[in-house]
Amino acid sequence: MSDIATAVEDGTGAVSGSPSQGGHLRADGVVRRIGGRVVLDGVTLAPHPGETVGLLGPNGSGKSTLLRLLAGVLGPTAGRVTFDGDPLPRVGRRAVARRVAVVQQESHTQTEMSVRDVVGLGRIPHRRAWTPVTPDDRRAVDTALERTGLADRAGQSWHTLSGGERQRVQIARALAQEPGELLLDEPTNHLDIQYQLDLLELAVSLPVTTVIALHDLNLAAMYCDRLVVLRDGRAVAEGTPGQVLTPALIRDVYGVRAEVTGEGDRPVVRFLRRGDPEI
Amino acid sequence: MSRARPALLLAGGLVALALSVSVTVTVGPAAITPAEVWASLGARLGIGESPLTPIQDGIVWDLRMPRTLIAAVCGAGLALCGAVMQSLLRNPLADPFVLGVSSGASTGAVAVIVLGWGAGVVSLSAGAFVGALLSFGMVMLLSHSLGGSMDRVVLSGVAAMQLFSALTSFTVLLSADAETTQGVLFWLLGSFSNVGWADVVLCAAVLAVVMAVCLAHTTTLDAFAFGEEAAASLGVRVARARLVLLTATALLTAALVSSVGAVGFVGLILPHATRMLTGAMHARLLPVAAVIGAVFLVWVDTLARTALDPQEIPVGVVTSLVGVPAFIAVLYRSRGKS
Repeated sequence: MSDIATAVEDGTGAVSGSPSQGGHLRADGVVRRIGGRVVLDGVTLAPHPGETVGLLGPNGSGKSTLLRLLAGVLGPTAGRVTFDGDPLPRVGRRAVARRVAVVQQESHTQTEMSVRDVVGLGRIPHRRAWTPVTPDDRRAVDTALERTGLADRAGQSWHTLSGGERQRVQIARALAQEPGELLLDEPTNHLDIQYQLDLLELAVSLPVTTVIALHDLNLAAMYCDRLVVLRDGRAVAEGTPGQVLTPALIRDVYGVRAEVTGEGDRPVVRFLRRGDPEI
Repeated sequence: MSRARPALLLAGGLVALALSVSVTVTVGPAAITPAEVWASLGARLGIGESPLTPIQDGIVWDLRMPRTLIAAVCGAGLALCGAVMQSLLRNPLADPFVLGVSSGASTGAVAVIVLGWGAGVVSLSAGAFVGALLSFGMVMLLSHSLGGSMDRVVLSGVAAMQLFSALTSFTVLLSADAETTQGVLFWLLGSFSNVGWADVVLCAAVLAVVMAVCLAHTTTLDAFAFGEEAAASLGVRVARARLVLLTATALLTAALVSSVGAVGFVGLILPHATRMLTGAMHARLLPVAAVIGAVFLVWVDTLARTALDPQEIPVGVVTSLVGVPAFIAVLYRSRGKS
């Protein structure tokens, strides 16, 4: 438990990032109860502008809930989520959606839509009632399609896409929102390894601040600048992948044995079977 | 998929609607031509002389025209409400009656007819309207207390529908003679006979307001394509949007059902048919669906009142006879999706 204890800065389990003021999107000491259960118990998360923060932790540790609080689609029971210092409810739903984009684990619709239609949804927070699509909207959609390599598939039906392609379209939709921060909730679940790598490569190449919940420790080590580990709704470790991904932490948080190799800040995790010797 | 240009579709639809109205008012026992109808309209607007005799004039303007126009308003309104409901509830089988509005209206109307509360057509419409609002209110309260998600709204609507259908049957059983039962049945299936200009004006006014509300929310409706949470993350205030749109469509549906009964299938099928022409984005879908619904019901009503002349078929029967095969086609089309 010693690794964990040193990572926790105070009694609320808070882990802080940049202390500078006006630091875009951040959560301070957020608590969230759902149906009587405390899902998040005093977590602070303040991504530095432009960095990719990985959220790790077992199922039910509060990763998704923290992302929903950051997106403002759920309110905290205690603590606050702020954008440039203003609490999200004061910023307003539309204004938040112009700055913060969300990609969920999976997206389903029965609506018959083309790739361009789906990406165009990203313009909704920028559009006004009674106003047709503007040249700005069209430009943002075109740019998003190009950046995600989907320009030649704009007319294709959403329902004909594979899971990996759908996630790519959702990232394009998020880009069309022209956000400063991108929140991704286990976006590579259900994807082939090729699509997993493609998608994360794409996500970290974008000029935005990214917070991404991940299951796969090696993918997290490969693509994230900083990791925050949640357990039972508390942040129990925070730092570079090299600092965070230690055999002791993996054992404490996930309850499995692993060896960690690799140099510096891009460690490689290998899980051990019951009979495997520890190194 | 190539799509027709929505502006052209809309313009073509409006022209088709004007032609349909002017042709269908000439269909019937009294022989009148469309040209005479246009000339008579001109005369009413102060241009030229009316070629119609006073009796013909009465038939066109007091009987057939309000009836044709209410069919158009009703078709437009039901198609609009159906399209909004399907998107908002994310359910391709949703229609304007899914929140129990028509069942509540039936109970209200039947109570007026059978129990003799009040007298005459106005109080029947009033009773239906009150019943519709009661049912809608019950659905909203129930779904709200169950957490307010869309599937709770649908389930609450199912509960209300069952309850009010049972109340309607019970009331009819309890006290109706054969003649009133037939009158009740005719009303339940929908009928455009016995409508006057007051109904037309009222329903058209409600349609105009609700259409404006829906057109102001087209991007909001688009945002619901991937669910409520996705809509929220696109900046939609979900609870408020849901309340405004459900209330607006329920009011329009209540006004229509109170005037002409529950005309089925228009609100279920026509939005699907329209999507095949316009795509699913609501700025294109909603106005085109309304115009297609209007043209459709104008012709269905003409069929209903002339096919077995002098016997009239309830318009709901005709829409269902057309609607059931179309409904099955939609089910086949949506096979394998989701």
